[in-house]
Amino acid sequence: MAAEESLIALLERQRGKILAQWLGELASRTGGSAKARIAADLLARQANEFFSEFMHALATGSHADIGGDEWKAVRTFLEQLSTERVLAGFSSEETAIFIFSLKRGLFDAVSSDKGRSATKVAQDLWSITELLDKLGLHTVRAFQRSREEVIDRQQTEMLELSTPVVKLWDGILALPLIGTLDSARTQIVMESLLQRIVETESQIAIIDITGVPTVDTLVAQHLLKAVTALRLMGAECIVSGVRPQIAQTIVHLGVDLQGITTKANLADALALALKRTGVKLGN
Amino acid sequence: MERIAILRMGEVLLVTIQVEMSDELAMRLQDDLSQAIERTHAKGVLIDISALEVVDSFIGRMIADISGVAGILDAVTVLVGMQPAVAITLVELGLSLPGVATALNVERGMELLRGGLGREEHHELPAR
Repeated sequence: MAAEESLIALLERQRGKILAQWLGELASRTGGSAKARIAADLLARQANEFFSEFMHALATGSHADIGGDEWKAVRTFLEQLSTERVLAGFSSEETAIFIFSLKRGLFDAVSSDKGRSATKVAQDLWSITELLDKLGLHTVRAFQRSREEVIDRQQTEMLELSTPVVKLWDGILALPLIGTLDSARTQIVMESLLQRIVETESQIAIIDITGVPTVDTLVAQHLLKAVTALRLMGAECIVSGVRPQIAQTIVHLGVDLQGITTKANLADALALALKRTGVKLGN
Repeated sequence: MERIAILRMGEVLLVTIQVEMSDELAMRLQDDLSQAIERTHAKGVLIDISALEVVDSFIGRMIADISGVAGILDAVTVLVGMQPAVAITLVELGLSLPGVATALNVERGMELLRGGLGREEHHELPAR
């Protein structure tokens, strides 16, 4: 029996064939949508680069553990690829297929090799499967992490965008709140409102909660905090935009809106604020 | 020993806190202020804390206490110029200072005191 060729040597010899098969597989499995978004030559370049890194890692590192230093280049490559795909709007499935479609090419290369015994073929196939599964999982993990980063960033941006403090009149500020009030948001809202109160020397702030979908005990507590802080600074606060359902919820929950002036809409609140600041409007 | 100056402006005592408040300083202020109210028959106290950047629970309570003492000595206290960070800290500490009148700045505080004092006299006169 002829000496069996090592897996690495075999894959290196068959490199051209494997790559061609991989790209063919990628093209057929990812379908039209993904193909339209990623250029064929870019995909070929990525596949080529990955295969080189893969072979290098395979030659130096162990098959079983992709967490080692030898696999670092491969892992980094996959993480970068995942990040790019997240930004380009790919799904996690489409991203993972990049790795999993390599299987066919490697399997064919191993099983069609005449100089191999059946046991050796089975052994090699198993290590390839295990390896590619791990790499695939790593890709999906990296994909998810990148996506979470995107979500995190969007959340912070939303927080910053959603707290505009508007000057309605001399000495009257309005803060139209849109979206759910949680602790982090209340903090930011409160800070920007109080800062603007100092800057504009306004004595009345109107917090409009028309855009707040629900008011529960926690939200009410956050509102109370904001109102108390405003009072401590010497400004008054009017809460406006209380919808009928919300008024009912507040009463049913037994929330005590002690000392908060509430109005059904912004117009009423503005009228009251003008009256308190002593502004008279001609008819 | 450091002291916080208490200035007299007619019926009103003006206290401007320009230094960082230490616990002793706050206690001394409470002492000095109550004596000054008694001596000058002041009807109003204006405490300007616009330069105060940091408060802790003790200072917060001292401020509440000072206005309580002044109230018992028949002087209305107005706290003016609280910084946003200080206000948020006090709220988080659960010190909402109920019963302490507040205003944005010294000018508004004076207006408030004058209005308040004027009203009080107005209410009291017919009764005498």
